[in-house]
Amino acid sequence: MERRIMEVAGLTPLTKDVYSMTLKGDCRDIERPGRFINITVPGFYLRRPISISSWSDDSLTIVFRVVGGGTAELAAMKAGAKLDVLMPLGNGFDISALGDKVRNPVVVGGGIGVPPMLGLAKTMTEKGMKPDVILGFNTADEIIMARDFRRIGIDPIITTVDGSFGVKGFVTDAMKDKAYDYAFACGPVPMLKAIYDVVPDGQFSFEARMACGFGACMGCTMETVTGYKRVCKDGPIFYKEEIKWQI
Amino acid sequence: MADLRVTLSGITLDNPVIPASGTFGYGKEFAEIYDINILGSISFKGTTKDPRLGNPLPRIAECTAGLINSVGLQNPGVEKVCEEELPELRKIFKKPLIANISGFSPEEYEYCARAMDKEEQVGIIEVNVSCPNVHNGGMAYGVLPESAAEITKVVKAATKKPVYIKLSPNVTDIVSIACACEEAGADGLSLINTMLGMRIDIRTRKPVIANRMGGFSGPAIFPVAVRMVNQVYHAVKIPVIGMGGVSKAEDVIEMMMAGASAVQVGAANLVNPYACKEIIEELPALMDRLGIERLSDIVGIV
Repeated sequence: MERRIMEVAGLTPLTKDVYSMTLKGDCRDIERPGRFINITVPGFYLRRPISISSWSDDSLTIVFRVVGGGTAELAAMKAGAKLDVLMPLGNGFDISALGDKVRNPVVVGGGIGVPPMLGLAKTMTEKGMKPDVILGFNTADEIIMARDFRRIGIDPIITTVDGSFGVKGFVTDAMKDKAYDYAFACGPVPMLKAIYDVVPDGQFSFEARMACGFGACMGCTMETVTGYKRVCKDGPIFYKEEIKWQI
Repeated sequence: MADLRVTLSGITLDNPVIPASGTFGYGKEFAEIYDINILGSISFKGTTKDPRLGNPLPRIAECTAGLINSVGLQNPGVEKVCEEELPELRKIFKKPLIANISGFSPEEYEYCARAMDKEEQVGIIEVNVSCPNVHNGGMAYGVLPESAAEITKVVKAATKKPVYIKLSPNVTDIVSIACACEEAGADGLSLINTMLGMRIDIRTRKPVIANRMGGFSGPAIFPVAVRMVNQVYHAVKIPVIGMGGVSKAEDVIEMMMAGASAVQVGAANLVNPYACKEIIEELPALMDRLGIERLSDIVGIV
């Protein structure tokens, strides 16, 4: 972890309340998909933890939903603005865990859980893998980032709860009869649980309200099979066998 | 040359800056980004007799110039702290430590104090009678002079190390509690712990914190802390460690002028992990500008 001053290089609305922001600065130590940054928003005391969607050596992209004053302020930033950022944070997805045994992995993102899955899919394709990608949304007008996946050569399967686009239903409705043997997933907890129940192995990205984001305050503790873990530092990605559901 | 040294019960610290309990873990996360040996001391994560998971989530709520936390004394229990955490901390921090202990009965305080008494690196035992985040314990002892004195006596009898009682601001008269602790034998006082606070999500019409309420800290409470440190300083003869919203070198000076012999930095560590380092580095130049040669000279001059 380091504190860095990152420069806003671009800000694009993706839907009525979801924005994509590109930040310029040193990103060489991100190394793994699924990690996050913690941003100071002027006028707010706590930082805003947001997952890294994709990155290169000298820039990264975050995709976030405006849910309150802090993210609204972030969405009002102008190109050239400087942000105080702690990064990179969290453990990230471990692709090496796939080993030789996994035949048919799937990458699943739900709603605002989709962004980190782009970086993951990109890393996997760079390693010669071509996983199925399933992206779940409530409605067609909430769909984000499908084009970004196509750009890296993956045509994502889209599901919408109301059937207004793609497969009608939940992401798990698109997983039936596919015999996936490993899942990477990020999204709402009920979605993670549903995937957990139908796939033999995998890695699941959790979120929590945090204060520090780097393991000091114990604000985001989660009980796991192997003890109490910090979502920010020991996670946000947890292996299937570690997870103890609270729902 | 500015002299930053301060003394607490015969222990000389290189400077008065101490990360506050619960905002610095056992130092590991901070040692990754700077050499934590520059710190005056460390008050490590509050320790109880038994392991505690702490409170349900969410435990954190944002406020103007601060935050509410409801962690609830999550810690691995005193045995594990002494067997696993302190040996690790010893590798990255070589100075005397402040052991923050808490309990749900006088016996639990005594148990933790005895365990910490055996730890060579522990210089001071800081007794938390003021945690707002646990039921039937913690703060309950700190809100009445009689019970605060009782815990002070129990801990004093269990250790030869200096005992500092960490006081709650959630009381009618902090001075009477401070005096009761002094009379019961306390070697010093730490104040203030967090203020009881609450936030409500107006969309869901529910408290933001799962436990409804929590401890409010951050720059917003600094004036309250300065006031209480000053009141207590003038009422007791034992040293006071001042804390509550300290975020910059100017705050350290102000807190010491109010009466603090040393200063703890809490919430600031969580939003700026370099906070203590920056404060220590800024102090000499600030002292120069203010015409202060020795920090210890300004303690309680107001």
